[in-house]
Amino acid sequence: MNLTLQIWRQNGPNDAGRMVEYKVSDISEHMSFLEMMDVLNEELVAKGDDPVAFDHDCREGICGMCSMFINGEAHGPDRGVTTCQLHMRMFNDGDTIYIEPFRAKAFPVIKDLIVDRSSFDRIQHAGGYVSVNTSGNTQDANSLPVPKADADKAFDAATCIGCGACVATCKNSSAMLFVGAKVSQYALLPQGKVEAVERVKNMVHQMDLEGFGNCTNTGACEIECPKGISLSNIARMNREFFVSALAGE
Amino acid sequence: MSTLDAKIPEGPIDKKWTNHKNKINLVNPANKRLIDVIVVGTGLAGGSAAATLAELGYNVKAFAYQDSPRRAHSIAAQGGINAAKNYQGDGDSTYRLFYDTVKGGDYRSREANVYRLAEVSANIIDQCVAQGVPFARDYGGLLDNRSFGGVLVSRTFYAKGQTGQQLLLGAYSAMNRQIARGKIKMYNRHEMLDVVVVDGKARGIIARNLVTGEIERHSAHAVVIASGGYGNVYFLSTNAMGSNASAAWKIHKKGAYFANPCYTQIHPTCIPRSGDYQSKLTLMSESLRNDGRIWVPKNMDDVLAIREGRKKPTDLSEEERDYYLERRYPAFGNLVPRDVASRAAKERCDAGYGVNETGEAVYLDFKSAIERYGKEQAQIHGISNPSKEQILEMGEKVVENKYGNLFQMYEKIVDENPYKTPMKIYPATHYTMGGIWVDYNLMTTIPGCYAIGEANFSDHGANRLGASALMQGLADGYFVLPYTIGDYLSHDIRTGAIPTNTPEFDEAEKAVKDRINFFINNNGTKTVDHFHKRLGKVMWDKVGMARNAQGLNEAMAEIKAIREEFWKDVKVPGKADELNPELEKAGRVADFLELGELFARDALQREESCGGHFREESVELDGEQKGEAKRNDTDFAFVAAWEYKGEPADAVLHKENLEFKDIELKQRSYK
Amino acid sequence: MSAPTGIVKTSIARKFVMAFTGFFLIVFLLTHLSINLLTLSSDPEAFNEASHFMATNPLIQVMQYVLAAGFLIHIIMGIKLTKQNSDARPVKYVKNNAAANSGFASRSMIVTGLLVLVFIVLHLKDYFWVLKFGDMTPYSSDYDLVVGLFSSPLYTVIYVAAFVLLGIHLSHGFQSAFQSLGANHPQYTPFVKGFGTWYSILVPAGFALVAVWHFVQSL
Repeated sequence: MNLTLQIWRQNGPNDAGRMVEYKVSDISEHMSFLEMMDVLNEELVAKGDDPVAFDHDCREGICGMCSMFINGEAHGPDRGVTTCQLHMRMFNDGDTIYIEPFRAKAFPVIKDLIVDRSSFDRIQHAGGYVSVNTSGNTQDANSLPVPKADADKAFDAATCIGCGACVATCKNSSAMLFVGAKVSQYALLPQGKVEAVERVKNMVHQMDLEGFGNCTNTGACEIECPKGISLSNIARMNREFFVSALAGE
Repeated sequence: MSTLDAKIPEGPIDKKWTNHKNKINLVNPANKRLIDVIVVGTGLAGGSAAATLAELGYNVKAFAYQDSPRRAHSIAAQGGINAAKNYQGDGDSTYRLFYDTVKGGDYRSREANVYRLAEVSANIIDQCVAQGVPFARDYGGLLDNRSFGGVLVSRTFYAKGQTGQQLLLGAYSAMNRQIARGKIKMYNRHEMLDVVVVDGKARGIIARNLVTGEIERHSAHAVVIASGGYGNVYFLSTNAMGSNASAAWKIHKKGAYFANPCYTQIHPTCIPRSGDYQSKLTLMSESLRNDGRIWVPKNMDDVLAIREGRKKPTDLSEEERDYYLERRYPAFGNLVPRDVASRAAKERCDAGYGVNETGEAVYLDFKSAIERYGKEQAQIHGISNPSKEQILEMGEKVVENKYGNLFQMYEKIVDENPYKTPMKIYPATHYTMGGIWVDYNLMTTIPGCYAIGEANFSDHGANRLGASALMQGLADGYFVLPYTIGDYLSHDIRTGAIPTNTPEFDEAEKAVKDRINFFINNNGTKTVDHFHKRLGKVMWDKVGMARNAQGLNEAMAEIKAIREEFWKDVKVPGKADELNPELEKAGRVADFLELGELFARDALQREESCGGHFREESVELDGEQKGEAKRNDTDFAFVAAWEYKGEPADAVLHKENLEFKDIELKQRSYK
Repeated sequence: MSAPTGIVKTSIARKFVMAFTGFFLIVFLLTHLSINLLTLSSDPEAFNEASHFMATNPLIQVMQYVLAAGFLIHIIMGIKLTKQNSDARPVKYVKNNAAANSGFASRSMIVTGLLVLVFIVLHLKDYFWVLKFGDMTPYSSDYDLVVGLFSSPLYTVIYVAAFVLLGIHLSHGFQSAFQSLGANHPQYTPFVKGFGTWYSILVPAGFALVAVWHFVQSL
C-alpha cells in the first residue's frame, strides 16, 4: 500500500518543531509499524536526509521504549499493543497517518519522536521499592503465604511497562495509572505493606513535582494502556493515600 | 597455545564456594566508600550487581544505552527461573540442578561454576520474593512451579509469561533504592565505547552520551561488563534491536579472551520471517511445546497445495501429517531440548517441507490438546454426551488460561487465530552461551575487569536449558560477583580516586573520537543495515544450525570481505555531537563484523558436534543414534578462549581443559 | 524520609475535594428537586410552605452558607485543576482522537460545569435573590413567582438546556466521585455506574419536567 505520513520533526529540545509530510510506497500489510518507519528511514538516509529519530528496542511489546502517538492515539488505533506490535494491516492504502511524540510537560522532546521519560524513573526513586538488602539472608520464600487473589492482582499491576501511553493519552497528562500500578503492586503484597504509608506519600509528591496533570477519571489511560492496567489501581492508590494522610506523622 | 587457569578452589565440589568465600579478602565498610565500580549494562546481571555493590557501600556508576535501566532486554524473558527449592517434593536438589545443567550443556561447562550456580539458586527466589516480585502462587498462597524442557522435576518459578520482566523490575527497584541514596549514579542513554587499562588493570571506560554525543571519561577501580549476548550478529534474532556486543568486544580487544563464540542457541519456537523488511524475530515460549504438537505434511503435494493456498492445514487428516519429533524421538517427543528441536525443523524444511511462502516454517498444533482438555472438562462438569463444539469451546478455555498472552501475541503479529489453525513456527537465534572468558571469580583476563550474565561464557556449556539464563544473571549479580570482586578490590583501598587526565584516557578517548569522525565523514553509499543484513545472511546460512568446514571457511572469507567493504562504503548521516541512531548502529555493526569472523573460526576449530554447535562432519553413522550429533570428548573437552591479535583470523587460541570429576560424561539421548 | 507537608496541595487531595463537594451538591440537588416537584401539586400551599420552611429554618440558613461554600470550592478547584491540567501539556497534539478512548462527558466537565454556573447565576438573580432580598410585591406567593418565571418560553428553554448540561456533567461526575474517593470494586462499581447514569437522567429530567409543565400550564 501507499501512504502519506505526517511526522513531527524537532531538532532538539529548544527547536519549535513542525509536522513534515513524507510518502512511502509498497508497504506490506504484514509489516509492523516500526518496520514501515525503517523503510522510510532507509530511504531518507539514501537520499542524504536526516532519518526520523524514534525510540524502540525489544520490538515485542515488553521493554516500553517505543512511544508514538499515531492518528491521535497512543500506540495507534489497535488495542492492547505497543507501537512495535502495531501492524500495517490496521491501515488502508492511501491513508494519511499522523505520527507525533508522546506529549507532556513532564516528557520533554529530545529529538523528533523521542521524549525524555526520566520523570518516571524519579517517581520510582521516591519509593518504588521494598527496602530489603540483597544479602541472600532473607527468610524462605514460602514462609509468608500470599493469597492467590492478591498475588494475581499485584502481578497485573506489575505488568506495567512504563511506556507512558497513559500520560500521552490523558487529556490532563496525568501519571496516575503509572503511579497507581506501582503503589498497588506493593500495597497488595505483605512485603510491601511495611513501607506503604510512606511510599504512597513520597511517590505522589514526586509525581506532582514532575508537572504531571491531575486525574479526572476519563478512563482513557486504561483503554490505551498496552498492558490493560486497570483503573482500579488508581482507586487503590487514592485509598492508600487517604490512609497515609490519616496516619499522619 | 597456553592453558588457562580458572582458579577453581580446592576441595569437594559442594564445599568449594563456601570455602572460597571464607578465605577471600574483604574490604572494610569504611574503605568501600573510597572505591568506585563501573557496571556496564543494567539487565538482570548488571542491575542486580549494581544494586548489591551499592548496598555493600561501593560507589557505583551504572551505564545503560536505553532511557531507563528497566528496559534492558532481560525484560523479554518469558518462561521462568529455575531454583533447586524442591517445594514440589519431587526429588529436586542442588546436585540434580547441577547435573541437569551440565548434561543440558552437553558437558562443555565448568563443573565448579555450575555447582555454585545451583547452590545459590534457592537464595534468588527468597531474595526476589522479599523484593515484592509477584511470582505465581497456588490457592494455598505458596509459590507455584512449572516444568521445562530437558528435566524431570518441576523447579521453574514463573510470573505468567513475563518472568523476566518481573525479575528485572525487582532488580530495578533495588537499584532505585540505591539511586535515591546516591550510591548508584545512573547514566541512562550512554554507551560504553572503550575500556581504559592503566598499568595492566581496568581503570575506567570511555562512554558516549547518546543524547548530546559528548564523549565522557569515567574512572573506577574495577569495571564490570554485563552487556548481554551477541545474538544480533545474525541481524535477525529474538534480541532487542539495540542489543550489541560492543562492550564485550572492546574489552576483548584490550586483552580479555573471548570464549566459545560458536556456542549459540537457536530457539525452536519463534514466529517465522515474513519478508525481507523484517527487523526482528519474536519468540514463543518453550512452554508451548508442553501442549503443542509439531508437524509438517507427509506428502509434497500437500506442502505445495498449502503454500499456494489451495489447502488449509486443518484439511489434512492425521495420516497425512508427519509429527517428526514424535517419530524421531519417541521418548521425549515434542519436549526434546532446544538444539535438537531446532535441527529437526531445519532438516524437514531443507528437505522442502516448509509450510509457508519462504519454505521456513513448521506447524505447532494445539488441536489435540484442545480436544483432550475439552473432554477432561466435560468429564469434570458431568456432561455425558458433549457435542464437538462444546468440547472445543471448553478446551480452548483451558488453553487460553495457560497460554492466553502468547496466543494473543501470535495473533497480533501473524493475523491468524492459533486456536483454530496451527501456529507456524521456525527456529531463531536466541541466546549466546559463548562470551568473555572468566575465571571462577568472574574476572576476565584483564585484571579488575569482570564479565557477568550472558556476556560471559561460564555456566551453560554448549547449550542452555530453559529458565536458566535468568538464574545465572541474578546469581552472578546478587550473590557471586559482590563477594569475589571484594577480593580484588581489597588491594585498592589505598589507591584513591583514579584520575582521568592520564595518557591512557587521552589515548582511549582519541581512538573513540577518531572512529566516530571516520563514520561521520566517510562518504559511503550504503546504509549500516545493508551491511548488517549481509553479515546476518552469511552467519545464518553458513554458521547457523548446521555447519561444515567448507561453509565455515567461506563464511570467514565472506565476512572479511563485507567488513572491508563496510569500512570503505558505509554511509552515516547526521553529526557526531547529536542524537544519532545511525552512528550508534555503525559502531555496533563494525564490531559484529569482527566478532562474526571469530565466531566462524571457532566453529571451524571445533570439529565435533555439541549442544548448539552442530558440525555435519561429526554425526553418528549407525546404530540407534544414526544421524544424531556426535561429541568428541577426547579432543574437545575444553573451553576455546581466543586472544585478540588484530585481525580475527590471527586470534590465538588458549584452552581451558574441562575436568569432570563429579559427573560422568555420557551421550545425550532423547530417543 | 517523609514527604513535605501540604498533603492538601497534592493532586489526589484536590481530587478528593472535588469528589466530596460533588457528592454534597448531588445530595443538594435531590433536596431541591423534591421541593420543586411540590409545585406540580394541585395545592400551591404545599410548595409555599416548603419554601417558607427553607427560608426560615435556622439549620437551613446555616446550611445555605455551607452550600455556597461547597459550590465555590467545587468551582474554584475545578477551574484551578483545569488550568493545571492544561499546563501539563504545553504543546498540544496536532491530531488527537480522544473520542476513541473516552466519553464526551468526561472530557467536557469544565465546559458543562461553567455553563451550568452561568445558569446558576441567572437562577439566583431571577429567583433566589428576588425571594430573599427582592421586591415580592408583584407576586402573591413563592408559587406565583415560579409560575411567573416559567411562563417565559426563553426562560424555560434556558432552564431545560441547563439541566441537560447538568445531566451530562453528572453522568461523569457521579461515578467519577466514587473513583476519586477510592471506591472501585469489581462487584459494586458497575452498580454505582448504573445508578449514576439513572441519577443523571432522572434528576435533571425531574427539574426539566417542572419547568415544561408550568410552561404548558401558562399557555
